[in-house]
Amino acid sequence: MFASLMGWVDARFPATKMWKEHLSEYYAPKNFNFWYFFGSLALLVLVLQIVTGIFLTMNYKPDAAQAFASVEYIMRDVEWGWLIRYMHSTGASAFFIVVYLHMFRGLIYGSYKQPRELVWIFGMLIYLALMAEAFMGYLLPWGQMSYWGAQVIISLFGAIPFIGEQLALWIRGDFVVADATLNRFFAFHVIAVPLVILGLVVAHIIALHEVGSNNPDGVEIKKNKDKNGIPLDGIPFHPYYSVKDIVGVVVFLFIFSLVLFYMPEMGGWFLEDANFIPADPLKTPLHIAPVWYFTPFYAILRAVPSIAGSAFPGVVAMGLSIVFLFLLPWLDRSPVKSIRYRGIYFKTALVLFIISFLGLGFLGTQPVTPLYTLLARVFSVIYFAFFILMPIYTKLDTDKPVPERVTFK
Amino acid sequence: MRTLIYALFIGLMSVTSAQVMATAGGIHLDKVEIDLSDKASLQRGAKTFVNYCLSCHQASYMRYNRMGKDLGMTDEQVKENLMFASEKVGDTMTVAMRAQDAKKWFGVVPPDLSVIARAKGTDYLYTYLRTFYLDPSKPMGTNNLAFKDVGMPHVLWEQQGYKERNEHGLLETTSEGSLSTSDYNDVVADLVNFLAYIGEPSKIQRLALGKWVLLYLIIFFLVAYPMKKAFWRDIH
Repeated sequence: MFASLMGWVDARFPATKMWKEHLSEYYAPKNFNFWYFFGSLALLVLVLQIVTGIFLTMNYKPDAAQAFASVEYIMRDVEWGWLIRYMHSTGASAFFIVVYLHMFRGLIYGSYKQPRELVWIFGMLIYLALMAEAFMGYLLPWGQMSYWGAQVIISLFGAIPFIGEQLALWIRGDFVVADATLNRFFAFHVIAVPLVILGLVVAHIIALHEVGSNNPDGVEIKKNKDKNGIPLDGIPFHPYYSVKDIVGVVVFLFIFSLVLFYMPEMGGWFLEDANFIPADPLKTPLHIAPVWYFTPFYAILRAVPSIAGSAFPGVVAMGLSIVFLFLLPWLDRSPVKSIRYRGIYFKTALVLFIISFLGLGFLGTQPVTPLYTLLARVFSVIYFAFFILMPIYTKLDTDKPVPERVTFK
Repeated sequence: MRTLIYALFIGLMSVTSAQVMATAGGIHLDKVEIDLSDKASLQRGAKTFVNYCLSCHQASYMRYNRMGKDLGMTDEQVKENLMFASEKVGDTMTVAMRAQDAKKWFGVVPPDLSVIARAKGTDYLYTYLRTFYLDPSKPMGTNNLAFKDVGMPHVLWEQQGYKERNEHGLLETTSEGSLSTSDYNDVVADLVNFLAYIGEPSKIQRLALGKWVLLYLIIFFLVAYPMKKAFWRDIH
């Protein structure tokens, strides 16, 4: 009965073929470790954000006069509204946590290297779209930090010479962040950017499944196949990794629920205190800081001295800090992928990079002091040196021999 | 690798409370204990709130009947004891004072108090409501240690009495109120407890539901992990 039904479908749509290609006969290396949970977790959080977002949209009012009140209406009067809203707000931070860990995995195991350059590029585009999505979503509660955060970030476009002021005006649709801005950000947040993200995620996965997954050893499993053409170190994604990822999902949801039910504000890091004050265009908060996931780039922006009163150099530096991530596949000249077989130069550079990135992240949350500015400059220089010097130190590095097959205990 | 993961999590936990410190212009905040399960305290706080705060401040996102339900009161009890400003028990806690009048009288429109506890923190509110002092240079005759040059007068002066600021910057009682210091502190603590409640009424449900969700996930793990082990037994 089921077989004949599937036969009918398969004659018209490649359902069984796709199931096999992407799940039951997609051969993934058997030696995935802890770091390989975050791809499927990112997918889970994406679905979570879309589903909770749909329900929030049913009750939220994208109107400067009603937005703040409508969020409180969701928190109080809508059945289970508080749960949906906290899932969405916690989900936003969780998304960035899993995506950062996912990107870090790519960095340590060289997953961006040939032949996976496009997987990395699609992933970086997702990250970029995700930042736009989060930034525009953060305006919607229309609290003080929503408002002034948007004001500061949009005014960065104003620093671009000649066209800047017009550009900022065009983005806002008004001379300050106002109702028009809220309306268009809402449209982008709920329709435009999610569509882009979904398309990119599909491209990311198709590109990955075309070339096959990397692994902690950075060994291409397709080089060693059995007589049926199946990689010797590969196992079907389903059921092996589907059952393994379920364990990851449960552990993730446990931590997620701890935050959601017991500290949804995460001490002011996921939901900032100042965002419980309605947006007031006449009252600038003493200290404006973006949400934690943007702070490394914000710190780079502030670290760069302005030239002739223009913050444009800082804006350029912030842009470049992202652009360099895109170029990673071509900056890395080492024949070795995984950190397990890399030499001391790359390992040192990576440790310095991590320290700088986290340091910048911290500094971006803090008010400016002379010491902090100095630190931010040092960290910014290290951040860029990691990329700019990469072709040199990866070439000079004394890598270890890479084994023929993956290691698996 | 495992130590790195632990380090990441510990690092994350240690920064989580860093942001709360930067409020109230650096004065030391007295700690207040918030207990949303203490219904008697919340009811006392509600009484203080509707009698003293709700004439100028609104809590326009909070409904009377929701409050009654969460505080263990019937609609009739709410109507008789706590409703002076509204007609229907399903109304939100609004005030009759017009915004432009408020601006004329106090210089600012008194802020809505629905989520004030979440914006300012409960320790801040507890400190603020106990540190008014006489200052003849201000239009209302009073000033505040936690909120310098605040537009609000010392509304609870009958209970606390009046204080003055001595040369060391400390507050001294100059006229006694109807309550002892510790009784007044209790009144303010109940009020702040109530403000914490109206800041997030669903917190009561949130905490109640949380442990069941976590328990479910633990049981789920106890199934999922052995299942993974069983499937992976033949992978070498």
